Amino acid sequence: MAGGLTRAVRTVLAGLALLAASLGAEAQVQTGGRETIQIGLSTDKIGITSGFSGTDLTIFGAIENSDPQVSRTGRYDVIVVLEGPTRPVTVRRKDRIFGLWINRDSEHFDSVPSSYSISTTRPIQDITTETSYRQLALGSGNLAFNIGSSENPQIAEFATALRGIKEQTGLYTERIGGVRFLSQNLFRAAVAIPANVPVGTHRARAFLFRNGIFVDEVSAPLVIVKSGFEAAIYTSAKTQGLTYGVLSVMLAMLTGWLGRLLFRKD
Amino acid sequence: MSIYLPIAELSANMAVLLAMGAAVGFISGMFGVGGGFLITPLLIFYNIPPAVAVATGANQVVASSFSGSLVHLKRKTIDFKLGAMLLLGGFAGSLGGVFVFAKLRELGQLDLIVSLLYVVFLGTVGGLMLWESLGAIIRTKQGAPANLRRPGQHNWIHKLPMKMRFRASKLFVSVIPVLGLGAFIGFLASIMGVGGGFIMVPAMIYLLKVPTNVVIGTSLFQIMFVAAFTTIVHAMTNQTVDVVLAFLLMIGSVIGAQYGAKVGQRLRGEQLRALLAGLVLLVCLRLGIDLFLHPANIYSIAAVGGA
Repeated sequence: MAGGLTRAVRTVLAGLALLAASLGAEAQVQTGGRETIQIGLSTDKIGITSGFSGTDLTIFGAIENSDPQVSRTGRYDVIVVLEGPTRPVTVRRKDRIFGLWINRDSEHFDSVPSSYSISTTRPIQDITTETSYRQLALGSGNLAFNIGSSENPQIAEFATALRGIKEQTGLYTERIGGVRFLSQNLFRAAVAIPANVPVGTHRARAFLFRNGIFVDEVSAPLVIVKSGFEAAIYTSAKTQGLTYGVLSVMLAMLTGWLGRLLFRKD
Repeated sequence: MSIYLPIAELSANMAVLLAMGAAVGFISGMFGVGGGFLITPLLIFYNIPPAVAVATGANQVVASSFSGSLVHLKRKTIDFKLGAMLLLGGFAGSLGGVFVFAKLRELGQLDLIVSLLYVVFLGTVGGLMLWESLGAIIRTKQGAPANLRRPGQHNWIHKLPMKMRFRASKLFVSVIPVLGLGAFIGFLASIMGVGGGFIMVPAMIYLLKVPTNVVIGTSLFQIMFVAAFTTIVHAMTNQTVDVVLAFLLMIGSVIGAQYGAKVGQRLRGEQLRALLAGLVLLVCLRLGIDLFLHPANIYSIAAVGGA
């Protein structure tokens, strides 16, 4: 993957350099044109193999039509988010019943991003306002499952707990300073992909802010799959339950028999 | 070295899993039990989701009980007819167990019930065994003759109808308690991920009065089939058998069992039983305490319709 990565980076960088050069000339002519943001992922597919223990995804991007005045004073901010596929989740709360801790109340959330990694140029509160974050549904506290629940205190409490567990297990992460400008309009972002990342189609999104005002957004898909041996096992377990079960039993018998052979030697 | 477990969906340390298997194998070799009652709680302590720990535990039991059955097959200490009858009940019980397992998981009470069952059964069996073995140790110290078994003494079980003759066990007993015991063990096997040897063996000795020399072989023989059946049914309905995890545990346990058996031969019967009882009670205590202590996080999340 390393070779593919450098190659991808080089392609992206070359493309961006050309882009930047042509746009730079253009920007001087029509100043005040609306800025846009572009991104390229270092890879569009990540395979999880037996040695997988998490990785970083590098995202390269550029600001087009950038105002040199603004970029020189560092008033452009970029937030990059990698959002996992949404899944329905049940949150349960334990209560003490006769001294035992037993699951009692539960709340159901229909679409919870299975993972959510956010990378920013600066501390989150310094980039833009709370209201603006909420409007953009940006940040783990502003995801749809939180918002819809604000009237009911119990649902809100469960939503907070859900977020807490996701953060604890490394699925929701925040990386301040994870986005760095390489030049006035080129930037590089690193977002964390944890070891327990769920498989499926993830979405990388980049948000551009100018002086704290949201300007543009762009997104690109990233597919995460189990690959090789793991993929075969996972797929057969999910689709060929009977065969998988029979093979598991046969493997167990074979191991037991081999153990017997070893044992007899003594 | 870490390895990704495809069904548990997490990375685990390979050395830890092998060591875990070896430790359980050592104990199962030493005491002649499948070790399922240790492997499932250990996996749960190691943060493997309980649903995966239970189904994978059943798969690991297949390996250890198959290996054990081979020995008894050679020694001709298996009562096949009795085993087959227990098995018949076992299949029915296992099927019911897997169904209840899926229901409990849906209700979010699986972890609780699994822990409770472990605490109740480990506590009862461990307590009884400790009591009995300590008594035996004290009696031998005092020079009294070892406890005499009185096979002529019959209990209420021997008054039930539908009697059947089991030649290898020299037994003429109703088929009802045999099927019932099989079903009960099968049910526990699928919910707890155990072979049930630690319940089956005392039940066969004390309730059915099966001669001790055929008890272990017959119990291992039937457990092997019940565990195999349970593994397959779990694979079909709950899809929670992690074959990578199971294989690592099996390798460890096969190696550990060799050394365990050697140590076991050097210890006396009642000492062995007292040790096993102590171990069983320790696991029981550890699981029991968790039920009463304030959990680190009172919230838990579960994906709907998945592991």
